[in-house]
Amino acid sequence: GCFVFKPSPKKRRVSWKTANYFGERNDDSDDTELRFATCQSLWNQIKSETEQIQEDLNKQLFDNLVSFLRQSHSKLQEKTTEWTCQTKTREIPTAALVLGVNVTDHDLTFRSLSEVLQNNITPYIALLEAKDCPGIKNLMQKLMGQLMNCSIDVDSLEDEDYVQVSQSRIRCSMTSLINWYESVTKKKDSETPSKKRTTSSRHLQSPPVVVIFKDMESFTTKVLQDFIVISSQHIRELPLVLIFGIATSPMIIHSLLPHSVSSLLCIELFQSLSCKEHLSTIIDKLLLTAQLPFKLGEKVLQVLINIFLYHDFSVQNFIKGFQLCIVEHFCSQPLSVLCCQLVDVKKRVNSLSHDQCENIRRLPSFRRYVERQVSEKQITLLTEDNFLKEIIQKLLEDLHVYHENYVSVLRCLHVFTSSLPKYPLGKQIRELHCACLENRVWETEEYESSLQLARRLLNKSDLVTMLQQCVEIFVSSSGKEFDKTVEKLKEFLTQFQTLEEAFQERDVSVSSQKELQKKTDLYHLQKTLLELKESRRSKKLTKFEMLRFEVVAYIDSLVRNYLVPADHKTLHEIVYFNTASVLREHLNAAPRIALHTALNNPYCYLKNEALKSDGGSISNKAPDICIAYKLHLECGRLINLVDWLEAFSTVVMSAEGPNADVASSDQVDDIIHARFIRAVSELELLGFIKPSKQKTDHVARLTWGGC
Amino acid sequence: VLDRAEQLREMEANILPAFLRLQELTDRNVTVVLLSEIVWELFRPNTGCFEPFTLYFPDYSIGHLQKILSQNHPPEYSADFYAAYINILLGVFYMVCRDLKELQHLAVLNFSKYCEPVVRGEANERDTRKLWKNIEPHLKKAMQTVYLREISSSQWERLQRDDGEPGQLKGLSAHTHVELPYYSKFLLIAAYLASYNPVRTDKRFFLKHHGKIRKTNFMKKHEKTSNHLLGPKPFPLDRLLAILYSIVDNRVAPTANIFSQITSLVTLQLLSMVGHNDQLDGPRYKCTVSLDFIRAIAR
Repeated sequence: GCFVFKPSPKKRRVSWKTANYFGERNDDSDDTELRFATCQSLWNQIKSETEQIQEDLNKQLFDNLVSFLRQSHSKLQEKTTEWTCQTKTREIPTAALVLGVNVTDHDLTFRSLSEVLQNNITPYIALLEAKDCPGIKNLMQKLMGQLMNCSIDVDSLEDEDYVQVSQSRIRCSMTSLINWYESVTKKKDSETPSKKRTTSSRHLQSPPVVVIFKDMESFTTKVLQDFIVISSQHIRELPLVLIFGIATSPMIIHSLLPHSVSSLLCIELFQSLSCKEHLSTIIDKLLLTAQLPFKLGEKVLQVLINIFLYHDFSVQNFIKGFQLCIVEHFCSQPLSVLCCQLVDVKKRVNSLSHDQCENIRRLPSFRRYVERQVSEKQITLLTEDNFLKEIIQKLLEDLHVYHENYVSVLRCLHVFTSSLPKYPLGKQIRELHCACLENRVWETEEYESSLQLARRLLNKSDLVTMLQQCVEIFVSSSGKEFDKTVEKLKEFLTQFQTLEEAFQERDVSVSSQKELQKKTDLYHLQKTLLELKESRRSKKLTKFEMLRFEVVAYIDSLVRNYLVPADHKTLHEIVYFNTASVLREHLNAAPRIALHTALNNPYCYLKNEALKSDGGSISNKAPDICIAYKLHLECGRLINLVDWLEAFSTVVMSAEGPNADVASSDQVDDIIHARFIRAVSELELLGFIKPSKQKTDHVARLTWGGC
Repeated sequence: VLDRAEQLREMEANILPAFLRLQELTDRNVTVVLLSEIVWELFRPNTGCFEPFTLYFPDYSIGHLQKILSQNHPPEYSADFYAAYINILLGVFYMVCRDLKELQHLAVLNFSKYCEPVVRGEANERDTRKLWKNIEPHLKKAMQTVYLREISSSQWERLQRDDGEPGQLKGLSAHTHVELPYYSKFLLIAAYLASYNPVRTDKRFFLKHHGKIRKTNFMKKHEKTSNHLLGPKPFPLDRLLAILYSIVDNRVAPTANIFSQITSLVTLQLLSMVGHNDQLDGPRYKCTVSLDFIRAIAR
């Protein structure tokens, strides 16, 4: 038998806090606590920002749902003497909520939805998942359990004792549910006003019971049909409202429910925000802002965006990836202690230890900076710590200013490029941001083509709106250098407004062309066409075109000044995290590659010095399964078991060296045989081989290629 | 009286015979009436039972429907007025719907619109032509939307009150497009190809140097039935991955994400798993979406 002895709670074990794990990896113990504290505070700030964003984006949807519920509730309370209500078959009000394919994000949405509903409409909310409801009985049990717990929460603040009702003792049927509902609402009516909680005053007389089906697609159609048919019979006594959480499209309702059942529902459609827009808002608020000191390098950002776009559309996973980047950065980069708000930088720079100063001197961007200085300054930088600290402070301030300017100019450029046809630089601001991070954007082809398009295609009203938007961006930005820019842009705007006369000039040049369309013979026609071509080439640009040219040139100059990629700035390694390989390792798991590495190269995971071997040879100290695996890699489609066994025993026995008993090499040892069979069965379990019916004593190989 | 009595068949085996012999078992004067849409032959349990007296109700004819629906008239208007209205309603809807409950529902919903000219004073109760002209386009629109449950009846009522165009309100079936991540789209397309193309054509479509396919006699006989009519066929996972790798332009790394995307597609009911859940070494799938859906995605 096997017996479990749980440790007694009296013995206190020293439990490792998260901070200890953090410090484990690093040797400089002085800064790790500070780094850990910075990391935690930064993450908390980001978490609250993302939650706020989520709330704001969902606000519209939740408001619509709340008004829908209020309206449906008031209908349920209508006077039943009216003719229409008497004859009409009562339908269950239903909201079909189309949430999108990112099922991982739905959980959060539903939790916030039930909170909103609890505060505004009703305390009786039940959330049902398909995996809990294989049959109608389980569904009713779950439903009743949740509803009764809801009412307990409401009543628990009152003075009466309320006996906790256990699920198994109640018979879960519709009548018991109706009885419970009547008892709860009657209790509310008989309360004196002074005892009521403030939230319940927002609830209406007989609040509806809201049942949310979180994943509609996974429910079996029989369960849904039974539930809807049963509840529609009792709709007058139990005011039920259903919410369907749909991931794909509302047609699923028609495929799950036959017409006879869907005619019992009064379905309205609600759509939530698209996840791509959600992502854009998050990237905007987290990365394109000067308030958060941490930034992602281009490769890392691409990895995260690719996982979002190519795999799962899940914003939660993006945020988790972002958290991973933050933790990695603060864990592995000792200089991340300086990655903090600008107000704290001065203090921290002054308290840098000598080791940290050496770390800074070793940074590649700093080395480039040093090389650009005069030689005396170089020497002082490399030897004097105090002088170095002053320079570092100045450089960090420069970096901060660069970020502020970068964000504003980026937005301005986006305003221009997002209205061009075919979007050479991308439609969303995140694509533009990636392009600018990668390399000097003004040297790329796409930039050239977008400038050409801007010079030719933008018309006056578009330009005016764009300039106005840019003025707003620069006025509201926190960078202090943009006053001149704002003035220049306003100048452009006034010039545009006084361009009405320019149109008349245009008409003049057009009319001169009309004169040429008189009757002429071939020679004259040729001559006039050549003249036209000449004049067109040297044609004076209209005022509008010249102004447009100027505006585009000015924007170009802004870009060249301010949108320098971050790699070129000194000390960028402190705030930018760019090791995409680490991120990919953690987020993009490749099970076959891991398996192959483990079997081919056991040193990688076991860290046993004896197993260190170069690529081709098979060490005989490796575990049996590794030896068998390497041998099978050399075979073709069908592997003869006897040959494989011979090879296996040769490798294993070569450990004994030439002094081994040669006589026993004819007959394979029983133990080795047993080890071989065990290794082969393990390989079969892992899926590398399978018994072949084509030849006896052969196995078929199932995998090819290095990975 | 037991309604939807066909559910009794799925309960324990002794319930249905017990109900059929209830008078005997309880020794009281009680009658059991079973209402169902299924014929008695399908009810009969294997162990035999007391045969009940079966009564067949035929469908209502249009005359019957007219009589039944006209009985329910509102007190403010005369019976004749309502009967005329029901006549018009049946004329429009009888071809598509004979269900009494549906017709009742539609009658109630649209009556207020019918009465509008009378209420506004433009016509009196006997001006059938004017009333018909007023209500006819309305009923046609109702057939396209409310009957099919494209928009809910409360939305319809609101539209009637505000006199808006029902075309503005997009119904349920207008939202069929599903936005899928990049690799999921390719996985779904690969699954569709695997389900509907026979295995022997794979080599021809997906490899660069294919040979000719010789049609055997068997193929010639069975060529006529299009695969689209026969429905999707199950395929193993390896075939899906092989087709996926050949249709995606750049290299696809075999990460765990791709495999979990396949399972997500199953959860979203776009693919379905065929065969036992325990069969770990060779999961087989079937594609459950239609050609139009795939075409929309492939764009």
